[in-house]
Formats: sequence, structure tokens, C-alpha cells
Amino acid sequence: MIPRTRWVPEMFTSARPPATDEIAFDIRGLNVWYGTQHVLRDITIQIPRRRVTAIIGPSGCGKSTFLRTLNRMNDLIPTARVEGAVLLEGKNIYDPDVDPTQLRRRVGMVFQKPNPFPKSIYENIAWAARINNYRGNMDELVEWALTKAALWDEVKDKLHQPGTALSGGQQQRLCIARALAVKPEVLLMDEPASALDPIATLRIEDLMRDLAREYTIIVVTHNMQQAARVSDVTVFMMADENQVGTIVEYGPTQEIFTNPKDKRTEDYITGRFG
Amino acid sequence: MTRVLFEQRMQALLDDLIALGSMVEEALLAAIQALKERDFQASERIIAEDKGINQKRYDIEKEALVLIATQQPMATDLRVLASVLEIATELERMGDYAKGIANINLMIGEEPLMKPLIDLPRMAEMAASMLRRALDAFVRRDVGTARRIIAEDDEVDALYDQVYRELITYILQDPRYISQATYLLWAAHNVERTADRVTNICERTIFVVTGELTDLDATENVEDVG
Repeated sequence: MIPRTRWVPEMFTSARPPATDEIAFDIRGLNVWYGTQHVLRDITIQIPRRRVTAIIGPSGCGKSTFLRTLNRMNDLIPTARVEGAVLLEGKNIYDPDVDPTQLRRRVGMVFQKPNPFPKSIYENIAWAARINNYRGNMDELVEWALTKAALWDEVKDKLHQPGTALSGGQQQRLCIARALAVKPEVLLMDEPASALDPIATLRIEDLMRDLAREYTIIVVTHNMQQAARVSDVTVFMMADENQVGTIVEYGPTQEIFTNPKDKRTEDYITGRFG
Repeated sequence: MTRVLFEQRMQALLDDLIALGSMVEEALLAAIQALKERDFQASERIIAEDKGINQKRYDIEKEALVLIATQQPMATDLRVLASVLEIATELERMGDYAKGIANINLMIGEEPLMKPLIDLPRMAEMAASMLRRALDAFVRRDVGTARRIIAEDDEVDALYDQVYRELITYILQDPRYISQATYLLWAAHNVERTADRVTNICERTIFVVTGELTDLDATENVEDVG
């Protein structure tokens, strides 16, 4: 069991928003359509670097769609259309000269259901590195990634057993290790703990806090207590009367959960709707 | 509207808080009345009934903690529950002040009062009225009333100063008054502190509504005794 980290950062407040040089994603006027359906409207937000940003909101508010715009996963949907700018470290990831595959190496993703490859634990990590032309010492990389994902001690003696034989929580950490193996800058997590039991969930949350020292983490979660526990910044999204998702309010987590400014946020986090 | 059961339990908790406030208000007024009328039986009853106030405070505290642990309240709900914990403690201490006044009546004993009590009952009436309205404002989340009640504390303080000067004058005139004047001063101080604690309730109302924790009682600088 990794110790639960006591973590007291210098905290952003509404009086001290992230400075320009602390921003990973600078998103300006982002709109997304699936065919004729407008799904995200006028998203303008800055996501701080090396922090955990949680995106919360009722089902159908566009949380996951928004997350997928950040590494162009929506490119895989033929009818998707994106307008506006998503600047990662100052460069618009939707510019024509940006290679989506390269982008997804920088912006990794972890999904709701653990999805290890049907290969050994070792190969799950090595394969990801290999297709990204990693030429260093593979054993070292595997150990490094599994250690970062707080899984090494549990699997070091069975690296050649199938990844699918691990428990759900271990499989999810294996997927995180796999994402880390290609040395990303950002980790997108879409409900990463919703399929896990409470203890495995807390381990993932601890891991997220630990990883936020080096990586920018953006997590979509239905679990508000999880958002409150794990994130520095919380984004509350809602669909409007036309079912178009937009941001209602975002700010430091401790402010959003203790004293939100918008009544819709208050109603949602206190369980009055949603 | 969702969370009907949670809303019901929150309302029941607030009703209990109001009931505790009524018990404390009655104890304060009865303690001063007993002192004024030298009614020892009434004082003994008030001392015995303080146990009921203490128990009610613990019941409220327990229910608030259960709601926090089981319902994961956020934002306004969380601020209300945190404030209920604080206010229940304030009320219990106010109950102790009333009990203290009842004890003073017994300690003065058969000795007749050195002067008719006029300002002290007035102070108690003011403090009791402030308490009643402060709890009402808390439940209704009425910041305007809460702020006005905080301002009223200055009137109680002014009366306390008057009582203090008067009793000191008695002491200076005749040292035989020292013992009883000290007791009465102690009683007046308990009433003054009760009003101070009412302002803390008002601050919680402002906190529930605005999320801001501020000390608005600038005149509160008297040491706590009794």
C-alpha cells in the first residue's frame, strides 16, 4: 500500500489564477459539432500545468467530448467538427501541421475500463515504447514506468504473466504505466476509477496526486467526492436547454466545493439536481 | 427537488437548534428573575435543568456529525452543518452562564439585595431577544437581521458598563458591599458574555450565506469567566 500523501501545494485561488507560464492548455472559443448536433459551446478555459483538473457535470454535458478534444480523439469520429483554438504550450493542436499521433504521445489517455493488451505485463509497457521508436534500455523503461504507476513492487516477480491476470485496480495502474512509458506531458483520464473498488480507487487517486508533480492531469469523473479529494481545479459543465455542453464555472477546487459562485454549481454539488 | 430525506433531516436539526435556543433563553430569563426575587428553588431547578441543555447540545452535535459522515454535504449544506456544530457549542456555554447566575443567587444566600435589580434584568431581556432573533435569522439565512443584531451588542455592553460603575460606587461607599457587589458583577458579566456569543451566531449566518468567516464583534475583548 503506498502511503496516502499529505499534499499542500501553493494553491491557486480566484484571487490568484494560474500565471501565463503555469498554463498547459489555453483553450479559446472551442465549439464542437457531431454532424449538425452542436455538442460543445464556447469553451474558454486555461488548464494549469502539473496540476489535477477535474471535470464534473451531469451525464450528457459534454465532459468526455471535451476531454477528447484535448488529444484529438474526436478526429476518429468522421462527423466531428471543431472550431476555436486549443493551445498546448502555446501551439494550437488543431493546426494543419500538427500530427495527431505525435500529439497523442504528448497527451496520453486512460479510460474508464482498464484495457491492457492481451500480452504480458512487460510487453504492455514495451510495446507502447517500441511503436514510439524507443531505443534505450527496455528493462529500465519498464521498471521506471511501473514504479511511476506504483505497480512495480506488486508485479516485479511476474513481469511475464499476462496483464489481464491482474486485479482491476492493478490493470488500471498498468494502463497508466503504459501511458507514461511514452513520456507524455499530459494525462487525460476518463472516469479512471469508476470500475474499481473503493480501496483501488483511493490508490489511483493517490497515484494521480503523485503524478501531478510531473504531469498535467485532467480527469473526468462522476464522483464529486473524488473530484473534491484529488483535484486542484474543478470545472463544472452543464448542457443548456438545447443540449449543448458548456462550462458553467471553474476555479480552485476548494472554492468550488465550499462556496461556488453559480447557483447551478451549488445545486449540482449539493445533489439538488443532476 | 431531490434529496428529500436529507432536507427533512436538516430541517429537523435546525428545529432542534431552535429548541435548544429556547431552553437557553428561558434559563437566562428565569435565572435573572430568580435572582431578582431571591427564589432559591427556582435557581436550583435552573441548575438541574442545565443537564438537559448539555444533553440536547450533544444530540445536535451527534446528528450533525452523522449527516456530515453519511450525506457528504457540500457548499451551503456543509457550511450550515459546520455552523450548527459551532452554534450548539455557543448555546451550551450560554446555558452555563445562566446556571452560573443561578449559582450566584444561592451564593448570595439569605442576605437581602443591596439594591433593587433594574439594569441587570434589562440586559437579560436584551440578550434573550438578541438570541431569539439571531437563531431565527440563522434559520432564515437573513444576513441583514444578523448584522443589525451584532450592532445591538454595543447597547448591552453600554448597560454592562453602567452596572459596573454603579456597583463599584457601592463598593467604594461601603466595603460591606464588596462580596455581594462582586457576585452581581459576575452575574452582569455572564449576561454580557451571552450577548457576545449571540454575535458569534450572527457571524455564522453571514458565513452560511456568503462563505466569509469574519470577526464582526470588535468590542469583544472581555476575558471569559463564569
